[in-house]
Order: sequence, then C-alpha cells, then structure tokens
Amino acid sequence: MSLLQVKNLGVQFQTPDGYVYAVNGVNFELEKGKTLGIVGESGSGKSQSVLAMMGLLAKNGKATGEALYNGQNLLTMSPKQLNGIRGDRVSMIFQDPMTSLNPYLTVERQMTEVLQLHKGMTRREAKKRAIELLEAVRIPEAARRIDMYPHEFSGGMRQRVMIAMALLCEPEVLIADEPTTALDVTVQAQILSLLKDLQRDFGTAIIMITHDLGVVAGLCENVMVMYGGRVMEYGKSDDLFYHPTHPYTIGLLGALPRLDHDGDTLVSIPGNPPNMAHMPKGCPFSERCAHANAHCAEVLPLLEAAGNHSSVLRACHKPVAELQIIKEKAHV
Amino acid sequence: MLRSKQKAAAEAIAANVSALPVDGRSPWRDARERFLRNKAAVVSLVILALITLACIFGPMLLSHSYEDTDWEAMSLAPTMLNGHYFGTDELGRDLLVRCLIGGRISLMVGLLATIASVTIGIVWGATAGFLGGKVDTLMMRIVDMMYAVPYLLIAILMVTLLGREFYLVVLTITVFSWMDMARVVRGQTLSIKSKEYIEAARAIGVSTSSIIFRHVVPNLLGIVVIYTTVTVPGVILTESVLSFLGLGVQEPMTSWGVLIEDGTGVMETTPWILLFPAAMLSITLYCANYIGDGMRDALDPKDR
Amino acid sequence: MSERQPILSVRDVKVHFQVKSNNAWPWTPKKTLKAVDGVSFDLYAGETLGVVGESGCGKSTLARAILNLHPAKSGEIVWMGRDLRKGTDKDWLAVRKDIQMIFQDPLASLNPRMNIGQIIGEPLRVHRPELSGAEIDKRVRAMMAKVGLREQMINRYPHEFSGGQCQRIGIARALILEPKLIICDEPVSALDVSIQAQIINLLKDLQREMGLALIFIAHDLAVVKHISDRILVMYLGREMELAEKHALYDAPSHPYTRALLSAIPIPDPKLEKNKQIQILQGDLPSPMNPPSGCVFRTRCPQAQERCGKEDIVLHAVSDKSQSSCLLV
Repeated sequence: MSLLQVKNLGVQFQTPDGYVYAVNGVNFELEKGKTLGIVGESGSGKSQSVLAMMGLLAKNGKATGEALYNGQNLLTMSPKQLNGIRGDRVSMIFQDPMTSLNPYLTVERQMTEVLQLHKGMTRREAKKRAIELLEAVRIPEAARRIDMYPHEFSGGMRQRVMIAMALLCEPEVLIADEPTTALDVTVQAQILSLLKDLQRDFGTAIIMITHDLGVVAGLCENVMVMYGGRVMEYGKSDDLFYHPTHPYTIGLLGALPRLDHDGDTLVSIPGNPPNMAHMPKGCPFSERCAHANAHCAEVLPLLEAAGNHSSVLRACHKPVAELQIIKEKAHV
Repeated sequence: MLRSKQKAAAEAIAANVSALPVDGRSPWRDARERFLRNKAAVVSLVILALITLACIFGPMLLSHSYEDTDWEAMSLAPTMLNGHYFGTDELGRDLLVRCLIGGRISLMVGLLATIASVTIGIVWGATAGFLGGKVDTLMMRIVDMMYAVPYLLIAILMVTLLGREFYLVVLTITVFSWMDMARVVRGQTLSIKSKEYIEAARAIGVSTSSIIFRHVVPNLLGIVVIYTTVTVPGVILTESVLSFLGLGVQEPMTSWGVLIEDGTGVMETTPWILLFPAAMLSITLYCANYIGDGMRDALDPKDR
Repeated sequence: MSERQPILSVRDVKVHFQVKSNNAWPWTPKKTLKAVDGVSFDLYAGETLGVVGESGCGKSTLARAILNLHPAKSGEIVWMGRDLRKGTDKDWLAVRKDIQMIFQDPLASLNPRMNIGQIIGEPLRVHRPELSGAEIDKRVRAMMAKVGLREQMINRYPHEFSGGQCQRIGIARALILEPKLIICDEPVSALDVSIQAQIINLLKDLQREMGLALIFIAHDLAVVKHISDRILVMYLGREMELAEKHALYDAPSHPYTRALLSAIPIPDPKLEKNKQIQILQGDLPSPMNPPSGCVFRTRCPQAQERCGKEDIVLHAVSDKSQSSCLLV
C-alpha cells in the first residue's frame, strides 16, 4: 500500500462572489522514499492541494475527497489526531522560513520543543538531537549557532534550519512548498543537493511543489503538472520531460529559459494566468491553448493514459500525434 | 475549413465585444461598493444623518424654545400631552429641544475640531515624512512633547483666563487632537516614498511637486479618511468631557456634555434628564465608530 | 563593434551607502556599505547588456546610479559624450527622455490611484507639455496596441490586471518617449514562467523595431541568455566577468560564473542528475566588510594565497571576454 494516497481531492473557497474551486479532482500516490514533483504556475492549486491535506487551509476553505496516510483519512481527522501526525509523521517546509520560525525564540528552543512534545525527550537529549540535525543540513558550527535567533541566519541558512526542524521527528513524508523560490540560484543548488542527500540518508518521501520544471527534473521520480486547479499531466519524470503529451507541459518546457539549448526565441504561451473565479466549463487551459477548439472549452477532458507504453496520464482531447508539431518546434 | 469558420466567427464576436469601451473600476469605486455592502456601517450612516438633520431642523419645527421656562411643567416626565416629548428639566425647559440644540453644538464642535486637527495633522505629518532627516526628527519630537502636555490642565487655564467661549472649546480640542493624524500621515508618507511607483516617477523625470500631488497625496487619502472617521467620535467625546467639567459653552446655551452633567445631579429623582442626552451621545458615538470600521474595511488595501 | 562610439560609458562607478550600525551612539561614525565598488562597461546603440548576479551584488543599485536615483559617489557615467554626474537638473531632465526604466515588481511600480491611460501618458505630460490631451491619448493607445494591451483597457486601474499585463503597462510607459536605452531591473523575476517568455519576447521584438539598447538585469544566467549580446557578472559590488554571450556560456573564465552556470537547474532529468554542480560553500560575506583582494576568494574553490593580496582588475582574457580572476 502506498504511504500517501490522494483520491479526488478538491478545495473550495467561499468568497463574497460565490464559491471558488481552487483544486478539482486531484489523484496521486506517494510510495515510501519516493519523490513527487507538483509543478504549476500561480493559480494552479498546487499549494492549496497540500495545504488541504495538512489541514492548513484558510478559514473559508473546505477540502473534499480523501487523503489517506497509511490508510487514515487526513481530511476527516479531528484536529488532535491531525496534530499527532502533522510535524511528526508528515512535515512541511515553506517558501518563506520566517513565516514558520518564531522570531522571538532561539532555534534551540524551537527545535527542542518539538522533540519534547512528540518524542518525550528531555531538553538535554533533545538539544543533542537538534545539533545532529543541524549538522546533517550542513550548518557550520551547529553547536554554537543553535543558540541564535532566526533573524541571525542568512536566507539559505534559515531554509536549512527549517529543513532540520521538519526532519526532527524523522517524518515519512516531507512536503516542500516552493522551498527555493525566494533563494538565489547558488543557494538553491545547495538546498536541492541537500534534499537529495537527506532523502538518501533518511529515506523520506518528498512532495516538491514548485513552478520551475528544472527543480523537479533532478529530484523527482514522478511529476504532476497542474493548471487552473486541475491535473494536466502526471507521470514518470523521464517520460514527461522527454515525451510531454499535454500542450501546457510542452508550452511550459518551451517557455523556460534554459542553458542547454540555444534557441533564439522562447516559445511563449499566449494569454494570462487563469482567473479562478471565472474558469471555462471545459479544459482550464483551453483559453490559452493553441490547439483548443470549441469542444475543449465546453467539455472537461479526463485524465487518461497517454498510451504508447508511456506511464503518463494526460487530460487533453487532442491525440498525442496532433501535438507533435509544436513539440518539434519547441525543441529546435 | 469548419474550424477556420468558427474561428472567424469567434473573432468577429470578440472584436464586437472589445469595441465596447471598458470602464475601469477605480479604487474609490471599489471602496464605495465594499462600504455599501457593510450593513452596520450603512445603517449607522443613516442614523447619524437623521440625528444631524434633527439637530439642524428640529428646533425650528418644535413649539418650545431651549431657554424659555414652561412654568406649568417643571421636572415633567416625558409625555405626549403638551409637546414635551422628552419631558422638561427642573427649570421647566423642554428637554427635546435642549437635546437637539446641544447636539448642534456637540456635532459642530466635532466637525470643526476634526477639520482643523485633520488639516494640521496632514500638513505636519506629510511635511515631516517628505523632508525626512533632521526636520522630521524635530517635528516628531514636538508631537511627542504635545502628547506629554496634560490637556485638561491647559483647558482649565484657558477657560479661566479667557472665559467660556465656543471657539475656545474648538481650539482646545484641536490643539490636542492633531498629533495622531500627524503620526499616521507621516508613517504612510514614509512608506509611499519608498514605493516603486515613486521611484518610477522620479526615473521618468516628474518634478517633486508633481510627485507629491499626483502620486503621494492620492495614496494618502485612504488612510486620512479612515482616521478622520475615527477622530470624530473622539473629538465629540472630548467636548462632552470638557462640558461635563464645566469648561464648555455658557448657560443657557448647552451641549450634550452639559446636559449630561445637569442630568447626573438629579438622576435619582428625574432620570430622563440624564438618559435622553446620554442616549443621543452614545448612539452618535456608536454610529461614528461603525462608520469608521466600515471605512477602514472598505479602504484597507490589504483587503484586496 | 569596437569602432562604434558607445552611447553609454560607465567608468569606475562607486555607490556607497552610509549605514548606522546597531546600538550605536548618535555620534559614532557610520559604516560604509559599498553596494557598487568600481564598475566599468560600455554600451552600444541597439545592444543588450545582461547584468547578472545574486541578491546583494549591487546590480540594481548600479541601474539606479545610472539614472541618478542613487547618486554615484565617484566615477564617470558618460551618456552620448556628456558626463551625467556633472549635469544639472535640467540636463538630467533631457537625459531622462532617452533613458527609461522597467521595474521588478510590475504592480508596485504602478500608482494604484491612476488609470492606465494616465500612467502610460505621464512621461509625455512631463517631457512634451506642448502635446494636447487628444494627442497624448492617441499616442497612449498606439503604444498600448504595440505592447499587446487592448486599447479598451485605457480607463482601467492597475489592480485589475495580472502581473504580466502590469509589466506590459510598465513597458509601454518606458517606451512612449521613444528612448534610446531601457534599463530593465529584473523585469520577469516576479512573473510566471509562461508569462516570462512573453515579456522577454516582447522586449526583443520592440528592441528590434525601435533600435533600443537594453540593460537587462537578472539574477540568473538562463534568463539573460535569450536576450543579451554581452553579459556582465557581478558579485558583492564588483565585476567578475564581462564577456560576449557565446564566450561566456561556452567558456566561462571566472570561477563564480562557472558556479552560477552550474547552479541553474536544467529541465532534463538525465542531464540534471548527472551534471557536476559546483556548490558554493558558506554565505555571502558582508558588504560592509568585504574580503581583501578578490571578493569572491572566500568561497572560491580555486582560491590561492595571492588572491587575497593582489589588486584585482578586470582584464582581457580573449578579444571577447574580460575577467577579474587572477588565475586566468
């Protein structure tokens, strides 16, 4: 059985202008020790899906469907049960570490507190364990720095502290919500290589949420591409990167400025990001899709196997062969 | 072929739609709509408007005057019979008319003192914020000093030296209530000054005065409106406090504060003399506060 | 290219900020933060110079120094043969017509209380007061069409637009005076990937059409690759490498450039898993107290003793590339 199994997850927000459906019909599974990348732009619902699983939606938000962790549904749990899992078995790191670190407490106090709470350790044991973890995330002079306050760390260091805190109870699942977006590229490289090493050493399953396809390429076995609250394409990252079958994925790969080929112009996706309050009835991407016709705007495509002995599931009315033409163009 | 036809049709429709002029929703219009959605604020606004209208026109319509004694009805309880709907005080003066006349004074003081203190506050705060540096430090230290002055003491001194005058009340309140606005405006000015659109304006070559009037002031107005609505009840309350202590307008002229002061003396025997002006003051203050809340919610950009 | 006269020559520009240290007495001397410390480059008409570096490298400060938004402390900024640093306010006004800027945060750079027509038309009202309102309106509409905004949007307000559209408004405002140079301060960093490509392509098209020179600031080397002719790499207020595009991507001469290049994730699982990443150790040193000699030496994998002792100058490595590394 999978460690985490998400079935038909949906998220709705109640706003003065009516319901906004931020996430619709998301399904995925995460095996022990594996990595899933969820890729999407703003308004794709990628963050809201995991926040829903963690019971961290805003007050006006409501989650539907199932998110089974070891067979238990996280969505229907009481807050008390959820707290036992959250931060202990499943933990999360965010884009901005300062939002989840208390600026008025030393790192030592914040880390030992978690261990004392979840593991019943003494303060002394807890501190020893905390220092080990800070060393594991390659913070130099961890024993000295543990007594510092969050603001005394640089941005990259803060993100490491966050990761160390997330790993304190050796969780089975680590959810990383754009952990490197606010960081410089060289620091991002540090953090990504750190995550890879930690996964190797601790065997943690990781859900990596990002807008950058490059970030998931080296880290994730499986990739899910989302747009407008729906899954566009989902499959093994090798299949998805080398043989993308959805116009949005193809567009996204073409739009990404990249070093490894020397195209003169970037292939851009026309139009603007989706407006969650006014989504088309059919495929959310139909407004911006070069292949879309009236059918696409009216009828929602189902997430189905792409065929061609590929692991990929795709939600698109157009046969893969018809998309081949722009894919060629994107790869010139 | 079919698809190209569909496309052409769609484009024709799109062209027709896009030829219609699109009116922008200015931030002010957004705010007005948000305000109108706030029921408590709208109801308060209506009530406050009614009270104001009653204070202005009520005394003209009623048969009694605020200073003449009705010898047949002293300390009369509220009654429908002879037009003393709120009763009379111990000198036989009609309480309804006195409440409305008192409301005129209280609301007038509130309005004048608010306008004056808001104006001073904006000018002072914006100047300090724009100029920055030493001028800013000096100007804000003066504000701090003003906070430290005990205003009641000064008010008593002024009244003792200059007598009980309407303008003195307004002046005293103004002098001691502009500092909040100055601080808020200064803070807002500082934050607007560091915004990228100000930098953009400077990069274009817009002159300093145009930056102030076209880019800074319009963005200050939101917070000014919010703070003004918060200032009004404070000022009305201060007037009442001053009157209550006998520092307000001179008898037989009256204000809500004076009426409440009169009423407290006899509240055990003739409680209505206290209750009616107190109720009017409370309702006004509540309404002003709800309107202030509504304004804040409507104009607060964080909401967006 | 070398025979042409540069339109903008920046020579040894330094921008220093005085910073009050924490817990200091009011009379303790302030510390100096050297945000930009001796940067020189030339820019030719119609060319794009990419300026790349991580946060705190001074790239944005350099842009603002060129426009006198943060005045430079020393050095020369020569625009069409005139040294701007010696210019009067009137000279500056004339120059601002020719040099425009696009900002990083598209929404924050637009006044929320002005509608799009007023925002885009503002440069015209400042620099061409003789134009009638109708004429300004006509030009604003033409420019909106050019940057891909529907004319009907002219009365709308910034908050009604998405980030990409706001950036188009910013571009329209920068272009309406038909300037010769546009300084783009991370114009796509705040945008979604699919929108980034739109904006980069738009800038490229407009550049071709109007013969613009661009200074394009970015924090990673992938973004500037598609738009730049030459690239300047900065670190801690200094120049590391200044090279033509192909020379820089094919044979980076400075260890920092190599680290920056290797750090960019490639959306190709096999390449990405097998590539050699040069992880930089440690943190960025404080710009208040930069290392002696080469500022990069504290994190450089190839640093030697002489890197801390000798003067570092940008020197030619080939006819297409200049580097400040002592070892090349």
